[in-house]
Amino acid sequence: MIGALSSALPGALAAAGPDIAAADLDYRQLSPLIAVFAVAMVGLVVEIAVPRRARFLTQSVVAVAGSLVALGLTVWVYLGLDEVAEGRWPALGGTGAEGAVSVDGPGVLTWGMLLVFAALSFLLFAERSHERGLSDFIGRAADAPGSPGEAEATRERLEHTEVFPLAAFALAGMMLFAVSNDLITMFVALEVLSLPLYVLCGVARRRRLLSQEAAMKYFLLGAFSSAFFLYGAALAYGYSGSLNLTEIDTAVSARGDETPMLLAAIGLLLVGLLFKVGAVPFHSWTPDVYQGAPTPVTAFMAAATKAAAFIAMMRVLFVAFGGASWDWRPVLWVVAVITMLVGSIVAVSQTDVKRMLAYSSIAHAGFITVGLSGAYLGDQEGLAITSVSSVLFYLLVYGISTIGAFAIVTVIRDSAGETTHLSKWAGLGKESPFLAGSFAIFMLSFAGIPLTAGFIGKWAVFSAAWGGGAWVLVVLGVLCSAIAAYFYVRFIVLMFFTEPVGDGPTVAVAGVPTTVVIALAVIATVVLGVVPGPILDLAQNAGAFVR
Amino acid sequence: MTEYLTLSMLLFSIGAIGVLVRRNAIIVFMCVELMLNATNLAFVAFARQHGNLDGQVAAFFVMVVAAAEVTIGLAIIVSIYRTRRTTSVDDANLLKA
Repeated sequence: MIGALSSALPGALAAAGPDIAAADLDYRQLSPLIAVFAVAMVGLVVEIAVPRRARFLTQSVVAVAGSLVALGLTVWVYLGLDEVAEGRWPALGGTGAEGAVSVDGPGVLTWGMLLVFAALSFLLFAERSHERGLSDFIGRAADAPGSPGEAEATRERLEHTEVFPLAAFALAGMMLFAVSNDLITMFVALEVLSLPLYVLCGVARRRRLLSQEAAMKYFLLGAFSSAFFLYGAALAYGYSGSLNLTEIDTAVSARGDETPMLLAAIGLLLVGLLFKVGAVPFHSWTPDVYQGAPTPVTAFMAAATKAAAFIAMMRVLFVAFGGASWDWRPVLWVVAVITMLVGSIVAVSQTDVKRMLAYSSIAHAGFITVGLSGAYLGDQEGLAITSVSSVLFYLLVYGISTIGAFAIVTVIRDSAGETTHLSKWAGLGKESPFLAGSFAIFMLSFAGIPLTAGFIGKWAVFSAAWGGGAWVLVVLGVLCSAIAAYFYVRFIVLMFFTEPVGDGPTVAVAGVPTTVVIALAVIATVVLGVVPGPILDLAQNAGAFVR
Repeated sequence: MTEYLTLSMLLFSIGAIGVLVRRNAIIVFMCVELMLNATNLAFVAFARQHGNLDGQVAAFFVMVVAAAEVTIGLAIIVSIYRTRRTTSVDDANLLKA
């Protein structure tokens, strides 16, 4: 009976159902992505299998080593990318996974960049010397702040080692976000990157009320903005009949008669993406969340989320809506200008280091948008700095300096945890010349002073915008850089030439992981400023997005 | 077709306005879910119009993602409630410039 059924079934199914072909996956192409998902899964197994005493160390080794392995795979994938023969601009790679992802030059470079950021941030996650042998994350997040349970968790030396797998999932989501070639893949990636970050924001060991509040604000606003993104995707689907970016491009270039629907789709998608990059007017969450989240998480978010979201935004705008660029470019021009202005001006009045860095990140989002809204895809020889390559370079230098700066924030602390008020940072130069000097280098890089990486980054985005004819933006951008330079330099003056208040800043002894991160970030910031050639060439050779 | 789209836009707008004016975190969160489901309606309506399955598949993805979002969201809101005995978003005002 059973035998008869099973022999009859395949035939019956084949006759009744449509012919479904197995998806054709190129595992080499996707190997870095698979590796990061595997790291997250291994992290979950470690939670179950490894005894509590050894778990934190195991998790941190798995996370850091895993992202370095994935970085190696990324290099391997990049070297294997084929040049695209046709197309107006030089490009590498191609689409994969049945058109759901586009593993191309800019996408793979973004993978590499995200993995570098992740490896550095995971080192900060792994730091345990600042809290007397415990990590920066609360032992048992379910306990209310100040409750007996919380005290017990601290006494028992409990730790949430789940932060590593959570961060690995967020990283995997970011990597998928940067290469998705399909709006629904992009939406799923957006949520895979956001959901773990919402949780990570809420698990700080110190100042838990602020941390929980940051998690709730980020969650509610993030969910709100992703709903806008999704409605935009639905309208784009309604306009073109497909969710695939390439096919949307075909429909957009043909220009049907339903222009209002197209404009609404672009607008709503932009709301979701601009929220993720923290551009004005969708920036209001940034200072609160950056301040409230545990500082290692802030470093990870500030560097990596912004990189993934900018690349995804460029992919949507350049690939799917390239045919409508005259419709979205004016919007981005306005966004770029107000983002630079608000970020630079409001940062001046901040009294908290983390909030100041948050507003500085908003200003940087504005500068990056300048490069993007030039929408300059290159000249015939493929030699000029394009919007894509300049934004890639800027994101790299901004991200590395940001992680370094937040790493220093984790070290300046007193008995109540990190001291982020500006007055506590006065006179840091006398207390710890290494930390103050490193912070000064990051500030100079943010300000775009020559011989630091930030200068080359600013030069690249401005030159891309100039190439795209957005010279008004370039002029305004230079003016905003001057405003921004004011508060960066003021901070350096505060650290080196201001008398300390009271006992002066208290500096914890930075543990090995944090010291490594700060040192690497300083070296990268200086080296990229003095010899930017190799990395700039790399970004240049990555070419355009593959359609 | 137009009727479905109008309804979907109406639901989406109700959700968006709800997020902006309501003060209880749970209600705000429900309004976000309403926006997601309004989008689902648009997806399936467009799938019918275009005669392909992409939109219906998308609706399934959205449902799964929304379910995941509910667990995270409720966890965060509950942890805040245990601390402060309130879920009003106006009371969450420690973080300020």
